[in-house]
Amino acid sequence: MRAFEYREPDTLEEVLALLHDHGEDAKIIAGGTALVIMLNQRLIMPSYLISLRKLSGLNSVDSVDGALQLGALVTHRDMETSPVIRDQIPVLAETYRQVATLRIRNMATVGGTLAHADPSQDSPVTLMALDARVGLTSSGGSREVALDEFFTDYYETVLQPDELLTHVQVPLPKPHTGSIYLKFLPRTEDDYATVGVAASVEIEPSSQLCRECRIVMGGVASTPLRVKEAEALLSGQKLAPELLDKAASVVQEHTDPISDSRGSADYKREMAGVCVSRALEQAWQRALTESS
Amino acid sequence: MTDYTIRLNVNGKEHTVEVPSRRLLIDCLRYDLGLTGTKEGCSVGVCGACTVLMDGKPISSCLALALFADGKEIVTVEGLAREDRLDRVQQAFIDYGGFQCGICTPGMVVTAKALLDENPDPSVDEIKEWMMGNLCRCTGYYKVIESIQGAAAEEAGGG
Repeated sequence: MRAFEYREPDTLEEVLALLHDHGEDAKIIAGGTALVIMLNQRLIMPSYLISLRKLSGLNSVDSVDGALQLGALVTHRDMETSPVIRDQIPVLAETYRQVATLRIRNMATVGGTLAHADPSQDSPVTLMALDARVGLTSSGGSREVALDEFFTDYYETVLQPDELLTHVQVPLPKPHTGSIYLKFLPRTEDDYATVGVAASVEIEPSSQLCRECRIVMGGVASTPLRVKEAEALLSGQKLAPELLDKAASVVQEHTDPISDSRGSADYKREMAGVCVSRALEQAWQRALTESS
Repeated sequence: MTDYTIRLNVNGKEHTVEVPSRRLLIDCLRYDLGLTGTKEGCSVGVCGACTVLMDGKPISSCLALALFADGKEIVTVEGLAREDRLDRVQQAFIDYGGFQCGICTPGMVVTAKALLDENPDPSVDEIKEWMMGNLCRCTGYYKVIESIQGAAAEEAGGG
């Protein structure tokens, strides 16, 4: 890899000052599991690498107003094993547990994954289905962005060169809601998903009709894909195979996968439909079980 | 570009090393410190041959900058044996035939040691889940699992 200056600030303020001064020439490094590969392959060649290793205060999970706030430096392994996450938003623990291998999960962070913005990743898909919001900070101020608006293209987000993603806010699931993350990988378990689906279904407990749902997919477009047209189909309806088939068809129309070693575009599109149908059914069953 | 001074504890011994920013931990261990037990298999963190423990946790040393190890405790395969005998996991891999060519073995043994440190009596499913990221082209994994079970039983037996 090309040589770079390395900085390891002790405080957030110092990080932001460095980003302000070096912006476009700098990259943030947290766990480094994605970034080091890109550096090795010279896909990126920053003049400065700003490590978040010494920062405290960004690596905890906190309860905040009916939501959980995940610090950007919380690791995948933390998310997988945290009693708070497993108890309050178990689908998140299930999602982080399915990423890569233990070694990667010990280093890769919640925030780093989002900033990396590979559309085949697992956690962005589930987080989006949970209506997560991200906190972005620069020396000029802070803002919050809904995750549906955060990703713009392959490896691109709305993050400005001087901004740092500091936390993710995830609302606690509403009552009578079932959620699932389904990772379809025809190759090995440590791979990225060929197709990933996060589905969340909220039902009206007495009628068992769907109140609201979320359908988000990974690996089928240039960003994680939320298909609101399919979500609208389920609203006010009862769980039925024909309904799931219709939702699957609508989802397929919105996918735009690329052909790669994980599958041809046609295969991914086909599997997107199959997986959405399965995920919705499982999420619905979870909602029914939770309500009984 | 300047070099950076890092201080790392490797296998119980303190080392001070001058490294350029881009030095990977695996290269620091193998070339700067002469600890060639850790192997580079894929360079992208998938195969597990480069596994070392950093503060007790298995990581891919091919994906870590040497700078990340500053102030940390690193354990490599060389750090497992005591002066007079092998670690239980190492001995079990010999006794149960857990390796053939041996290239994956340092990573396997280090990862297995971390498992037994955290969970001294793992089920087969727990072994498989923990070890899932360590690839082997020779053994078909059966003997690896038996070796880990053997090491766990040995530990439990207090032998």
